[in-house]
Amino acid sequence: MTVDQVRTVPAAPTTQARLRKLLLGRDAAIIGLFLVVVLVASFSVDNFSTSTTWYFLFLDVFPILLIALPMTLIIIAAQIDLSVASMLGLSSVLVGALYEQGWSLGAAALAALVVGALGGALNGFLVTVVGLPSLAVTIGTLALFRGLAVGILGTRAVTGFPSGAQDLVSARFAGTGIPVVMAVFVVAALGFGVVLHATATGRLVYAAGLNAEAARFAGGRVNRLTFWLFVASGVMSALAGVYWTLRYGSARGDNAVGLELSVVAAVLVGGVSIFGGRGALPGVIAGVLLIGALRSALRLADVSSDVINVVTGVLLIATVVGPGLVARARGATRRPGTRSSVGAVD
Amino acid sequence: MNRFTDLKGEAVPESHPTLVVHGLVKHFGPVIALARAELEVRPGEIHALVGENGAGKSTLVKLLAGVYQPTAGEMILDRQPFEPRTPADARDAGIAVIYQEPTLFPDLSVAENVFMGRLLTGRGGLVSRRAMRDRTRELLATLGVEIDPDRPALGLSIADQQLVEIVKAVSLDAKLLVMDEPTAALSGVEVDRLFAVARQLRDRGAAVVFISHRFDEIFALCDRITVMRDGEHVSTQDTAATDVGTIVKQMVGRSVDTMFPHTDRTPGDVVLEVEGLTRAGTFDGIDLHVRAGEILGIAGLVGSGRSEVVRAVFGIDPYDSGSVRIDGRVLHAGDPEAAMRRGLALVPEDRRKQGLHTDLSVARNIALTLRRRLSRGGILTSSAEYGVAHEWAAILQVKARDLDTVAGTLSGGNQQKVVLAKWLSTRPRVLIIDEPTRGIDVGTKAEVHRLLDRLADEGVAVVMISSELPEVLGMSDRVLVMHEGRVTAVLDRADADAETVMAAATGSSGVVA
Amino acid sequence: MIGRLLRRRETSIALALVLVIVVATAKNDSFLLSTDGFRDLLLAPSLLVLLAVGQAAVIITRNVDLSVSSTLGLVAFATGSMFVAGLPVPVVIVLGIGLGAVLGAVNGVLVTSARVPSLVITLGTLYAFRGITVIWAGSDRINAGDMPRSFLALGTARWGGIPVLAIVALLVVVGVGVYLGYARSGREFYAIGSEPDAALLSGLSVGRRVFFAFVLSGTLAGLAGVLFAARYATIASNAGTGLELQAVAAAVIGGVAIFGGSGTVAGAALGAILLATIDRALPILGIPDFWQQAVVGVLIIGAIVLDRVLALRTARRLRSTGVAEIVRPLPPERVIAS
Repeated sequence: MTVDQVRTVPAAPTTQARLRKLLLGRDAAIIGLFLVVVLVASFSVDNFSTSTTWYFLFLDVFPILLIALPMTLIIIAAQIDLSVASMLGLSSVLVGALYEQGWSLGAAALAALVVGALGGALNGFLVTVVGLPSLAVTIGTLALFRGLAVGILGTRAVTGFPSGAQDLVSARFAGTGIPVVMAVFVVAALGFGVVLHATATGRLVYAAGLNAEAARFAGGRVNRLTFWLFVASGVMSALAGVYWTLRYGSARGDNAVGLELSVVAAVLVGGVSIFGGRGALPGVIAGVLLIGALRSALRLADVSSDVINVVTGVLLIATVVGPGLVARARGATRRPGTRSSVGAVD
Repeated sequence: MNRFTDLKGEAVPESHPTLVVHGLVKHFGPVIALARAELEVRPGEIHALVGENGAGKSTLVKLLAGVYQPTAGEMILDRQPFEPRTPADARDAGIAVIYQEPTLFPDLSVAENVFMGRLLTGRGGLVSRRAMRDRTRELLATLGVEIDPDRPALGLSIADQQLVEIVKAVSLDAKLLVMDEPTAALSGVEVDRLFAVARQLRDRGAAVVFISHRFDEIFALCDRITVMRDGEHVSTQDTAATDVGTIVKQMVGRSVDTMFPHTDRTPGDVVLEVEGLTRAGTFDGIDLHVRAGEILGIAGLVGSGRSEVVRAVFGIDPYDSGSVRIDGRVLHAGDPEAAMRRGLALVPEDRRKQGLHTDLSVARNIALTLRRRLSRGGILTSSAEYGVAHEWAAILQVKARDLDTVAGTLSGGNQQKVVLAKWLSTRPRVLIIDEPTRGIDVGTKAEVHRLLDRLADEGVAVVMISSELPEVLGMSDRVLVMHEGRVTAVLDRADADAETVMAAATGSSGVVA
Repeated sequence: MIGRLLRRRETSIALALVLVIVVATAKNDSFLLSTDGFRDLLLAPSLLVLLAVGQAAVIITRNVDLSVSSTLGLVAFATGSMFVAGLPVPVVIVLGIGLGAVLGAVNGVLVTSARVPSLVITLGTLYAFRGITVIWAGSDRINAGDMPRSFLALGTARWGGIPVLAIVALLVVVGVGVYLGYARSGREFYAIGSEPDAALLSGLSVGRRVFFAFVLSGTLAGLAGVLFAARYATIASNAGTGLELQAVAAAVIGGVAIFGGSGTVAGAALGAILLATIDRALPILGIPDFWQQAVVGVLIIGAIVLDRVLALRTARRLRSTGVAEIVRPLPPERVIAS
């Protein structure tokens, strides 16, 4: 009502207004939180601000960073992919098993990526063509991909990968704590970031997440988009699997069990709404790094590494629940169920 | 009925009013949804509540229903202060509400739907399916409806869903029945049935509040009318003592030309041509064409397959056989994006679910259909979006604080303008528009009508589906009527009158030549 | 009537179960016909049945509880620790189950008060509860020697030839099944999961019911935790890890729709039994049990594909009878686990 009383033609908001929105937004908050944690840790935890700490931090979070990129788009599109860690494991096992069979490492890795694409395509097919909810589908493929990984190698582990390749993934840019593989992430992040935030496809991702039917009415090929998002997720998970194998020098069926939950947790901490339609990549990257920084700070502070589970869980709940509770504490009466007809003010 | 006096407070000797609403206010953060509502409903009365969209009617309903709690003011039910905290409180106090949109549980049986929240129990306090089934069957029978009480609500037509809602409300035996645009999805027979029920309840002494945008219904059914505007009470009067013009003037605060604009024009070539379009169980052998500079109206009851046909034409739904041609060239099925490239636009029936992204900004909504055309080298910038959104918001006079305003917070009329902007910005050659004025205020309605007429003048081929007969008759150059998935009549403007169209829409024999 | 029975998911799962048992028994008759075989058939799925029943109740309300495995782990470890502290058996059992209820209540409060999807909340508590166990236990283990023999006997005891654990599971299935099927508040679980907005407008206490669903799930996970201690006698901090997905899988395979509103406890229980039985049958069929999880995956996907195909067929039937149908929007358009 108040809005309707404005009688001028609505214009684009001023740069100032947009800047204010950006600075008060969720992304800025999570980036700020990350910086605060880094700052506090640098002063209070010995050895935190060394390049070695950062080096290991980056190496540790690298797989989560890789998978979080497609996961961000998928969750914004109101889908979810819980099969990522299983695909990582399957990819790792394939690299190991094929290498053991005498394949070259490159060919084995390529095969793993192809299987990643196929696995993603299976998810995409079941979601878009058969019309199943992605939560159910990817719980199924979570079991399936992991089952294949464990089935192929059993409890064995393949080791003995060429040291050159292993050195490559753990190499760092001279004089810094930044691993060379981070370049791969930067390129990938730029790619996903541009697609999500500055292309027609990105607009469709948000539109599909908020209301897939209206997106279809607006000429959006929602199913096609969804399908390719799952393929991208499969490929990135497989890529993370190749990395994992070389970084730890071991291909095992149970590699990265449960990592899907870390990825989802990081994406949500990074400000993406589980309902879809909201969130941005910078926040997600800050979210992953935030959890990584906390983990390594705690480790350096000699806190049992197990505490990190509690911290991750609490952080997840706090960042997701927090804003709503704060809003309520402020007494702002939020309209119940704004996403539904119940809350429609006529 | 007219023995009662007005709101001014003179004594009412016969009985006390069932409901009195006094100075009711509701704020949602900064938004004032209800500024000062007054309402008095007496037992044995059907009371119309009218107002433009955004007048606060639905907010008032939700306050009565206990969905929201008022910011200030009071409600008095049967001389007792009435402060429902939850819908259950309101129900227990004797209020039944039929909402605009059915609120059924698709997985549950019809009988369980009717009794949900107060399921009938039998031995050992366990739920008795048989008792509910029998009672539901009785209630359905009194309405003259045949619905299996044991079937799940999933798959019921909208009209049937609304009938189940009515059964639910009747079963409550409420002292106050509130119906918020219950007829929006009903037509003909079902409306009559609903009115019969409302009168029955009235005669039993219940108070009925009836909200509608259809004046014929209001004047046929209601004893008194309360008009609201901008969240405030404007007037309450006896139906017998007023007329449509007066009410409309009070609703908009100015007089409105209720005539439909229609310019005489000579249509050009056929642009859209549909032949033998068939989808099993939905529509069958549909032929239609529309020329440049022509408005083709499509009439028919809800469920006649009108919307389904245009959805299939546009590519949202598949079809089994038949063809769609634009400028003589075949348009392939199931691809809205291709349809858009060929100059087709579809303004869908359900604004909030299909037409609009209620959580996106005005700018993002308007630019969504243009997202590819606005991209340069694959990159889409916000400023390109703001540019086109600003242009169209100006043309259609969208009222919003700025282009970042979230579309869902606008009034119904402004939302419809955003949807229109979204589609007109694609500069379509064929504009299909499904229920162009459903649920929007009288003022915006007239604007939309003028706009459609102007578009046809400019050579756009317009296909307009509408449930409002006057709109179809007033706007169309030709009228196509559908009944149960088939075309039952195609009439020229001169031959199209209400009786002929209704006869064809209800499938009455002997009328269709 | 028979057609209707055959169309029910419970029937097809039961048939699949019989098939697995028959094939495995044909291969090696000790699978069913030996005393141990028969006992294991009933014993192996018992704990998973408890989790699946709780999960079904939660999923029916259009929520999900991923934290059950961590609840089980924490309760199992607490059970052992209480014995170490010298508490008597009945007290430990009650406190263990009570701890599960409290953990469930934590989920319930968070889900209902914050209006955040339960998937997110219980993902958080999955970490948090497990973390508490790990911090508490460190690398300690509870061993058989730490617990009274009378308690451990529960794990293998039989009553009329039937393992006590299986009897407990059966009682839970019947109890919760009757509640969801025939109690007023139980039926409301289905209404809430079927259409949450309509549930609010119908005056249902949505928050209270959802809260109770989580308490129920937590309580049953607590019960499973106590019985886990009795059955396995060795408890480390990782007890029960990964069971949350098996519980969800059991419910989904058993016909509980992942977006709520339909499905039965009996179906979920049969799903759990099928999973556990396949697990045991694979080695007998000459398939390394490493492949068990892959089979689970195939079963989950098969079950949901089957559901979808049946739903589409129903929709087509309704349409061809000339009724203008309102088919539910496709699942991808619905909100994730809201």
